[in-house]
Amino acid sequence: MASLIRCPHCGMRPKEEFSIRGDASPVRPKPEAKFAAWDDYLHSRDNVRGVMHEHWQHVGGCRRWLVVERDTFTHEVHSVVDAADYARARAVKPSKVKPKGKTATAAKGRAKS
Amino acid sequence: MSFSRFDTGGLIDRSERIGFSFDGKQLEGFAGDTLASALLANGVSLMGRSFKYHRPRGLLSGGASEPNALVTLGGGATREPNLRASMMALREGLKAESQNRWPSLGFDVGAVNSALSPFLGAGFYYKTFMWPAALWEKLYEPLIRRAAGLGRASHAPDVQEYEKRWAHCDVLVIGAGPAGLMAALTAARSGARVVLCDESFDFGGRLLKDRVEIGDADGPGFAAGVIAELAANPNVRLLASTTVFGTYDSGVYGAVERRDAAERGPAQRVWRIVAKRCVLAAGAEERPLVFGGNDRPGVMMASSMRGLLNAQAIRPGDHVAVFATGGSGHETARDLLKHGLAVTLVDARADVPAEELAASEGARLLTGYVVADAIGGKAVSAVDVVDRASGKRDKIKVDALAMSGGWNPVVGLACHRGDRPVWDEASGMFLPPAERDGLVAAGSAAGILDLAGCLSSGAAQGARAATDLGFKPRKVDAEAVREACGGSTGFQTLWHVAEARGKAFVDFQNDVTVSDLGLAVREGYGHVELAKRYTTTGMATDQGKLSNFNAIGILAENRGVSPDQVGTTTFRPFYTPVSIGALAGEHRGSHYRPVRRSPLHGWAEKHGAQFIEAGAWMRASHFPRGDETDWKQACDRETLAVRAGVGISDASTLGKIDLSGKDAAKFLDLIYTGKMSTLAVGKARYGLMLREDGLLMDDGTVSRLGESHYLITTTTAAAGEVMAHMEFCAQALWPELDVRLASVTDQWAQITVAGPLSRDVLGRVVADDLSETAVPFLAAREVTLHSGLKARLFRISFSGELAFELAVPARHGEAVADAIVEAGQPFGITPYGLEALNVLRTEKGFITHAEIDGRTTPGDLGLGKMVSARKDDFVGRVMLSREGLQRDDREQLVGLRPVNPAHGILAGGHLLEPDSVPAMANDQGHVTSACWSPHLKSTIALAMLKRGRERHGERLVVWDPLRGIETEVVVCAPVFVEAGRLGEVKIARDLDPVQLAAAVPPDLLAGLVCRVADRVALTQLSAAPVCLVAGPAARNAAIRKMARAGDGVARPVQPGHALAVGNSGEGSEDLVERLGADGAISLCDLSDARVRFQLAGPEAQEIIATQSGIDLSAELAKPGSSAPTLFGHVPVQLTRTGADAFEIMVFSTYAQDLAQSLSRSIRLSG
Ligand SMILES: [Zn+2]
Repeated sequence: MASLIRCPHCGMRPKEEFSIRGDASPVRPKPEAKFAAWDDYLHSRDNVRGVMHEHWQHVGGCRRWLVVERDTFTHEVHSVVDAADYARARAVKPSKVKPKGKTATAAKGRAKS
Repeated sequence: MSFSRFDTGGLIDRSERIGFSFDGKQLEGFAGDTLASALLANGVSLMGRSFKYHRPRGLLSGGASEPNALVTLGGGATREPNLRASMMALREGLKAESQNRWPSLGFDVGAVNSALSPFLGAGFYYKTFMWPAALWEKLYEPLIRRAAGLGRASHAPDVQEYEKRWAHCDVLVIGAGPAGLMAALTAARSGARVVLCDESFDFGGRLLKDRVEIGDADGPGFAAGVIAELAANPNVRLLASTTVFGTYDSGVYGAVERRDAAERGPAQRVWRIVAKRCVLAAGAEERPLVFGGNDRPGVMMASSMRGLLNAQAIRPGDHVAVFATGGSGHETARDLLKHGLAVTLVDARADVPAEELAASEGARLLTGYVVADAIGGKAVSAVDVVDRASGKRDKIKVDALAMSGGWNPVVGLACHRGDRPVWDEASGMFLPPAERDGLVAAGSAAGILDLAGCLSSGAAQGARAATDLGFKPRKVDAEAVREACGGSTGFQTLWHVAEARGKAFVDFQNDVTVSDLGLAVREGYGHVELAKRYTTTGMATDQGKLSNFNAIGILAENRGVSPDQVGTTTFRPFYTPVSIGALAGEHRGSHYRPVRRSPLHGWAEKHGAQFIEAGAWMRASHFPRGDETDWKQACDRETLAVRAGVGISDASTLGKIDLSGKDAAKFLDLIYTGKMSTLAVGKARYGLMLREDGLLMDDGTVSRLGESHYLITTTTAAAGEVMAHMEFCAQALWPELDVRLASVTDQWAQITVAGPLSRDVLGRVVADDLSETAVPFLAAREVTLHSGLKARLFRISFSGELAFELAVPARHGEAVADAIVEAGQPFGITPYGLEALNVLRTEKGFITHAEIDGRTTPGDLGLGKMVSARKDDFVGRVMLSREGLQRDDREQLVGLRPVNPAHGILAGGHLLEPDSVPAMANDQGHVTSACWSPHLKSTIALAMLKRGRERHGERLVVWDPLRGIETEVVVCAPVFVEAGRLGEVKIARDLDPVQLAAAVPPDLLAGLVCRVADRVALTQLSAAPVCLVAGPAARNAAIRKMARAGDGVARPVQPGHALAVGNSGEGSEDLVERLGADGAISLCDLSDARVRFQLAGPEAQEIIATQSGIDLSAELAKPGSSAPTLFGHVPVQLTRTGADAFEIMVFSTYAQDLAQSLSRSIRLSG
């Protein structure tokens, strides 16, 4: 957990101003997508040790949904962008913003030392 | 001979006598004393009893690490245990009590434990009290708890007040000894914002305790000079008696400030300090030597004895032994000799550096010797020394013993982020880990032990921190330093004295001895983390500040490895214990979370309402009358009145969301199960919202107010969740849609008028035609009241009766409710509360979150028809089609009636078939809601029952073992009462219209402390219209410009959203017209949804820092700058209106709560 988050709209704020939803990398399937895709979207999550993109909302500030790029091990925050910008960028070039951490350092089931 | 005080010398003020008491005995000390030094001056060296063996204990380290001299202060509700006598400034009237003794400190029954010590070794909890298990609760645990207590907390509610505050700085300096002072000075001179904290009540650290010279000044003189300069610098905040207790990520530090001596303000303050850089100058703890009887009163650390001698003129006795492995012992010997005392210096080293010998010249010197045992009862009276070369043992009579086994840098705060200290073989110390997140150690915390080195290390790290941040620090000229032993600081590592015969303590607070650690290794618990738990070393309130490193050394010796290989246990916050009260701050009792008050709160109070908490709201539960003694009587009367005549209640707490933008209809189709885009303007529709997993999230209504303008209502309970969900959909899922959402819950007072006579009553208040044709079921339209006020009228019913909801701007709520009551007098109108509302809806089978419990689908609740089959997409559509959510054996909503109407049913009971065994496999469902129906004269209930819709008429049992009830019931349809069966009611049609009284704005600051002269003042700003200007983010600049047209200040909320404020006295329509929105920008009137306060004065920023973590100097630097932030738990829009003046705009239903919080901070700052 990071103690401070730099909201792209409001500036540096304590984490108490934010709420956290979870992994931002799953993309909502098209309505006609196969059931398995929906199942995956809703239920499959990597237990990432390393960099992860998460949806946070600045509920105590601008109320924008944000995507926080955060290292789950070191707690370092690498970037914070507006969720709308993240979604638009991903819609244009899906591969480019694919979170690095997911593939790089997934360590399922291993407890934090 | 015992401890006493010299007649002259020291830093104490003998002209200022201070009376205090210890264990009921009246004593006297001087200004400049700690409680510990004053006790010693009075000859009291026995200060407590130990945890396990109840051994007599006295002052040991005399500082933050003090394990023995723990006392309890105060009594009753302010009683606070486990305080270190060494850290407490003496003050008049202080009442301290020793701990762990019974019946008295001098004679203690528990000391018999000492005789039982063979049974109380390492792991004794696990071994001795293992069996039989049944004895744990009754015998062992109470016994252990009573015998092994460390002080006793008060059971009374804490009457002290606490505060939390944020501080933002460039450089945080932890510790105000030589290194810390220089770091703070260097950084502050460069222009950096500096916070300097010290755990002690005065600044200077060892400069106040050791005889040194820096340039022309002595230690205290030098410290005073630096402090004076820092205190005069407006960029510096000095926090004395403040312990930094934790290092957190992003450069956030937690600290607790004790304000024991303060006459006003909080007892303690928890600081959250945001620092870009941190210099850890926490110093080093002197390492105890581990020999027999090293815990006897009169045995203390050499630096501690020296400090007491130099600062408080404490005389340890006539003859003092010093046992050392390094220079600190020689320095202490020097100072004792200077005061004319006899000194025997026992140095374990055979070769002692010449500088050290020169310092201690005049002492009886025994090099190559060790102290094997300290001998005595309640105080040390002699020592057994052993010549290591010959093994010869000698007894020497002494009055006190000073010991020094070297130093342990205080590295804890550098390790809270997960790093471990690093063993340095050459110096024999664990040193702090490498820099992380801008935290770096300086001075003896970094292993630099000489004074000159500490001063220059502090200056260098202060300069480096400032340089990193872009400041340009000037070089500080090093002054000539004269200190004991010429600055020689080496020492020999001696983990324990093998020649000891008596108990040799490693952890004083938890009574862990050398042999306990040996036993742990032999029994296979030699790993440092295991040994800690097996022996409990380092687990007391001092967290092993003195003991941990000796324990590591002893484990290393026992295992035949180096301390490096043993390693340290994990360092975590808190560095010292912090009371829960301090951490809670103001968020306790009724302020545990903010209280929201409906705009009709005052109206309900006027009618005698009893309130209950419902989420953050206070809602009227019922309105007792006359001789009604029980809520049920009121509830029955209110329920019957609504069904038979007319009732009035407050629906303002429902979530209300204003939706606009050209894609609003499309958006609604995506978030509701039904097709909302087909809704006609002027109509309302009931809607269901699913989660993406196909389960119900909430229900509510959607009203179409204009072509692209909707009003959404949510349940009170889910209002926050639904708003966040809709924002997520709009921002993260479908950012291409043009929709704008605004919470308007606070803007409207919403009044329900329900019952067959509701139209007649409302007709006297509303000017428009209310006939069935003009306002049919589910109509939603603007109306005008007889007095001219515009309002919104919805023909919606939650009770099953004819009902209307009238929404008026919040400030008029009470006047309108009063008018409706007046209009309803001839009809016997009855105010009704939440309890009656619950009966009314249960009688009709209407659902709430008791049924929408995160497990139910629309089909389960009989609402399957509300799921559109004609839409391609909406949230939850695909997952709702899952086999598991469509199976026909799912639990379905049914009604229940007891076979005997007098029998009760309570929500939560489970349904079983008669004669079946209560087991999960036989579970048929559960009761979700239950109440007494005064119409049916029977208990009724709603339940979720497997295949429930097929089972109407079946007999079941409600099994409620928790409350010991079993009730036979009959399953029925979930509708108990048919509405509108009453005959035509004859009433006079020619009653006069009722006019409104003028709205009286409430004085939110009445009775609150709002001002401290010349420092801060809180005022409520006069009413001015507030309007949300909202549009696409791409038009942000135009939107802000438009908002600025209000009063010259744009208050940005998010890209594309800004708040405009009009002029005082201006009407909201005038502001809207003046702003002149084009088609693509929406204006949403929030004049009644916001209250504005002004906070002004030099102290205003500090008051804001008690509420919000925003860095005002960075984020709101200039007048006219504005941002949304959180005050406590309440969202506000904060605007700087001047150098020392701020506007705080808050949701109106939270305004009272926020005013109370601000007032509290102002009162505590006075
Ligand atoms: Zn924000």
